[in-house]
Formats: sequence, C-alpha cells, structure tokens
Amino acid sequence: MSVALSVRALAKRYGDLQALHDVSFELSSGELIAVVGPNGAGKTTLLSIVAGSTEPSGGSFEVSSGRVGWAPQRVAVYSRLSVRENLELFAHLERVEDPRAAADRMLEQTALAPRADELLAHLSGGNRQRVNVALALIAKPAVLALDEPTAALDPGQRERLWEFIMGLVEGGAAVLYSTHNVSEVRRHARRVLVLDEGELCLDATPAELLAAGGEPPDGDLERALVRFLRGGPGAGDGEVTGAGPGPGSGGEGTGAGPGGGEGTGAGPGGGEGTGG
Amino acid sequence: MRWLLRKDLLILGRSRLLLVLLVVYPVVIAVLIGLALSRGPSRARVAIVDETPPGEVIHLGGKKLEVDRYAHELLSQADTVEASSRADAVAKVKSGDVLAAIVIPASLVARVTSGSERAPLEVVYNGNALEQSLVRSEIESDIAKGNLAFSEQIQRVASSAIEGLLRGGNLQEVGVAQLPIGLAAIPPTLERIIAREPPGKTRTQLRQIDEVARFASQNLDSSRRVLAAIGQPIAVKSRLLNGRRTPLNRFAVVVAVSISLMLVGVLLAAGSVALEREEGVLARLLRGLVSREALISEKVLLAAVCSFVLGLALLAGIGIFVALEWSRAGLWLAALAAAALAFASVGVAIGVLAREVRAASLLALLATLPLAFLALVPAGSVSGGLDHAIDVIAFAFPFRSALQALDCAVNDTGPRLWVSLAHLLGLTVAYGLIARAGLARARASL
Repeated sequence: MSVALSVRALAKRYGDLQALHDVSFELSSGELIAVVGPNGAGKTTLLSIVAGSTEPSGGSFEVSSGRVGWAPQRVAVYSRLSVRENLELFAHLERVEDPRAAADRMLEQTALAPRADELLAHLSGGNRQRVNVALALIAKPAVLALDEPTAALDPGQRERLWEFIMGLVEGGAAVLYSTHNVSEVRRHARRVLVLDEGELCLDATPAELLAAGGEPPDGDLERALVRFLRGGPGAGDGEVTGAGPGPGSGGEGTGAGPGGGEGTGAGPGGGEGTGG
Repeated sequence: MRWLLRKDLLILGRSRLLLVLLVVYPVVIAVLIGLALSRGPSRARVAIVDETPPGEVIHLGGKKLEVDRYAHELLSQADTVEASSRADAVAKVKSGDVLAAIVIPASLVARVTSGSERAPLEVVYNGNALEQSLVRSEIESDIAKGNLAFSEQIQRVASSAIEGLLRGGNLQEVGVAQLPIGLAAIPPTLERIIAREPPGKTRTQLRQIDEVARFASQNLDSSRRVLAAIGQPIAVKSRLLNGRRTPLNRFAVVVAVSISLMLVGVLLAAGSVALEREEGVLARLLRGLVSREALISEKVLLAAVCSFVLGLALLAGIGIFVALEWSRAGLWLAALAAAALAFASVGVAIGVLAREVRAASLLALLATLPLAFLALVPAGSVSGGLDHAIDVIAFAFPFRSALQALDCAVNDTGPRLWVSLAHLLGLTVAYGLIARAGLARARASL
C-alpha cells in the first residue's frame, strides 16, 4: 500500500517544554494507527501538527495528497449555526466542488440528517462530536487525524462512529487517531504509537505492546501499556522494543522503551524494527 | 472571505439581544440627543431668601431698584423659587428640591448705597461635583452680570456728576443743589476778570486760581473717559483660524456619533474574533482554510459595516431634531467609513488577545473608553509632560482623528478632514498588522 503520510524527526517546543521530540513514522493508505500515551505525552501536539494547525519546531511531514482531515480534541464547531450550515460552510472553505451534496453525504453518513437544521448549541455532546468528525471528513481527505474522537460518546454512538471510520479505512483512507480507550486500540488499530513526554517509545502492533508490557497474547492491553510506560517487563530491554506495523503489513517499525535499552525485533507480520 | 462574512451575519442575526441593541441603540440615542439639543438646557432651580425689610429700595443715581424684583431678575439663568427663611432654604437644598439657595441679607441696601462696603450674598449649595460646578457657574455668572450692571449704573452717575461739575447745572443725582457755573467755564471767566485787573498781588492770585481751575477741568474730563473704560476694561474680539465656529450642540452630535461608532466597531470586531477562539474554530480555520489576512479583513469589514450603518442612522436621526447640513452628506459618509474601519481594526487587534468573548468585550471597554476620554481633554489644559503623553495616545488611537474627521465633515470646521481620513486609514492598516502578528502568536499557542 502506498504511503499516505510520512513523518520525519518531528519536534515541537513550547518555550522550555519539549512537547514533541524527534518523532518519525509512516502511515499507509487503508491503515489505522492509534496514538496512545499518558496526558501531556504529545498526542494532541502530534495530531495538530500533522493537521497543519500547529507549526512544528523541527522535522517535517509529507501528505501524499490534499489536506489532512482533522477532528480536534475539543469540538470545534459554530454553536449558533445548524448542522447543515456548519457542514456547508466548511465544505465551501475546503473548496469542495459541490458543498451542498457533500453536506448531504456527511449528514447521511453520520446519521444526523433528521437534525440537520438544529443549531449545534442544542445538540448533545455526542452529536456535536459527530459533527466535529464530519467536518474532518467533508473534503474526503486521504489522511484523517482524529484527536480522541470517541471521548464524549456513549457506547452506541462510539460503535456507529467506529463503523463509519472502519468503512473509510476499508475505502483506502489512512487514519491516525489518539485515544485513552485501550480496548478500542485492541479492537480497531493495526498499529500503536506509544508516546511519552514527547518521545515515540514504541511503534508496534497491539500484540507486540502486550508482549512489551509482559502480558500474554490474550492479556490486558491497558495493563501492558501502563507496565511498558513504567519500564516494566519487556520494556526497553532490547527484547521486543521494535515491532512491525502489523500482521501482513510488511512495513517497518521503530520502538524505544523508556528503559532506554537497545535492540532489534521483528513483528508478527515480518516487519523489521530497530529499537533505540 | 464571503462565506465567513455570511456565517458571521447569520450568527449576528441569531444573536437577538445584540441585534435588538444594534437597531434600538441608534434610535434611542438619536432621539435622546436630538431632544436634549433641540430643547436647550434646563435651568437650575435656586431658592431665594430675601431678608431685607419689605418694600426696600436701592437708590442709585436717581434710580430706584426694588430689592425683591431685582433678586429675581438678577438670577436670569436660574429657575427661582421663594423660601420663607434661611432655614427653609437650607432644607430645600438638603432635600434636593433646589440645587442652591441665595440669602439676601437685611443689610444689603445699606451696604450697596454706602458705596464703601461690599454687599454680601450668601450662596448655599449641595450635590455632587458636577451639580456644584453647574450651580456655582450659573450663580457666579448671574452675580457677575449684576455687579457689572451696578458698576455701569455707578459709572453713569459718576460720569453725570463730573459732567455737572464741568458744565454746571443740575446735580440732583448726587444730592447736590444746582451749580451756577461749571468748572470748565471758570478759566475763561477768570481770563476776562484778570484782563481787567491791574498788575499786582490780586492779579497774581487770580492767575494761580485760573491755573488750578484749568488743571481740574482738564483732569475731570479725562476721568470721565477713564470711568467709561473701567466699566468694561477688556473687550473681546474673537477670530477663528480655520473653518467656522461650531455651536456646542453640533459638536455634541459629533461626539455622540464618534463614541457610538467606537463602541459598536470595537466591541463587535473584538467579540467576533474572540468567538472564533471560544468555539475552538480558529485552529481549524488557520490550518490553511483561510489566511490570516482574509480573516482579519472579514472581521474588520463586518464590524465596520455595522458601525457605519449605525453611525449614519444616528446622524440621520439626530438630523431630524438638530439642523445639520445634508449637502455635506458625502463627506459624512467618508468620515464615518474611515472611522468605522479604524475602530473595527482596533477591535480585531483586541479580540486576537482574548480567548473568549466576555474577556474580549471587557478588554475592549477597558481599553477604549479611557483612551476616548483622554482624546477629549483640550490641548494645553494639563501639564506639559502629560499633554505630550495624551497627544501620543490620541495619535495612536483613532478616537481623536475620528472626532476631527466627523467634525470637519458635519460642521465644516476646517481643512483637516483629509488629514484625519488619511490618519484613520493609516491606523486601520497599523492595527490590522498588529492583529496579524497576534493571530500568528495565537496560532502558535493553540
């Protein structure tokens, strides 16, 4: 599959704070990558740089085509406009060929058509988040950056949104999303980027994250992540610090454990990785 | 940009309170100002206590002045009410029924007619600094006029007495019987007597009397002219350097319109920019969907158009009550447009600094109102250093230039219109650049 997004040595500094340090990875078309890590790890910074909202202090990134579709962590919509007006406005600003048709399509896909004429101020948090995500999709971007897209949604809404996102992935979209919901990572993501204090600690499959956290293949991914971040079993000891991008992907991955160990490893998909 | 403008107009249209305010504000203000200016100032209510005996009359140079009538005539600018006693007058002042009370003492007549003592008038007043200032200036102005009238009357009596002394005749005004001969007639009469007198001691003495009489006659004649001059020693001749004199009420129209333009332009622009941040949409817009320049231009245009329409409505509304020159309407439009653009640009620069609409509104009010009032401080009325500081502030903030431009356009007060317009457009660009830099900073911190 072709590379949709290529990130090289990306860095961001806010005054004395190094929010992101030397982050590199690639995202292919039809691939979905989860970005996990504790609060303040740099997840939002990474996604907002990729989305073009924040200027990086160093490094670069390349998008294969068009602009990255972006759903920021905080819902960014006009409360005093209706759902349709928000969609049509951003379709116009994104220079979509037929803004009205694009708005209709998004209303259909997000199941918000019955509420198209309601002001955003009158919608629930979940529905506002759906509009937030719909705005990211309005121009049919090849790459999507979704910052905790399911954070404010109830289980039913989460399920509908994931069905929608997975449909886009199957259609060839490349999706980079951040989350604190590790069960979603296990269920949907093929690769996981673990960020901590602005550094990319691990680029691996969920199975490899389990192993890195000392969990069996059917173990608890959240526990594995916590252990990994604490420098627990398998973290940064040079044994399983590098991982391929996922089963059958054949890509490359790089991993760096907080323990600072070095080593090389091979993911289940046969990809090669270099830990550092 | 047009989609953003359309969006902002939609949002504005849905903010009913703001919309009502934008429509109602100019109407209410125009009617209030129009009525206030077209009906003239109301007169301050002043109580008068006359402690002089009933029917007391001042005799001055053969004229009689009834104290009771004169007191009411004296306070021509005030709305006078009677008070029965000093205590009653003080009570009226305390209760706020009147702004001040004037107590005419029983000794007034004696003192005025004595010619050697001043007649004391007691003024009792209360209220805040503004009310105190108003009543003091009105009463002092009236009393100054009264004093002037008295001094003119005294000067007329003195002049008449001097004339009587010089020419002879009736001197009843100063209580002297008829003089058979005037001082001016003594020298020629003496000349004739001296000519007939043989040389000797008597002739020498007559010559000395003649010299004294001549000296007295000449100097009394001069003192009459001096008396006329000291009645009003300074005569004022005013000359305006540029334009024509602006009546205060028409200048007040321009001040009201300028303040309204400023409030609407600055608040609307600051609020609409801050709204983008408050809704979290600024980050979405600035990632390439809209350029910073386009965003700033759109916000400036939106606020400028709204404040321009409001300013025009305000001027037109006031024009119903106060005579304005409609033939200069083209210049009004130019001044209103330039001022509206400058204020809107200031508002955008303020809005960029704030993260939410409330903070932006508060910041806009805190920043603009004191600066506007500073711009109204007349040049040279404060100490040198402060005067320079005010000049710098007035130059950097558009209020003074807006006021000048509107004053020139509406009241034809001079040739500075184009200078003011150029200054306002320069400030529009300068604040636009500040807003642009602020947006770059805001984006970095999003």
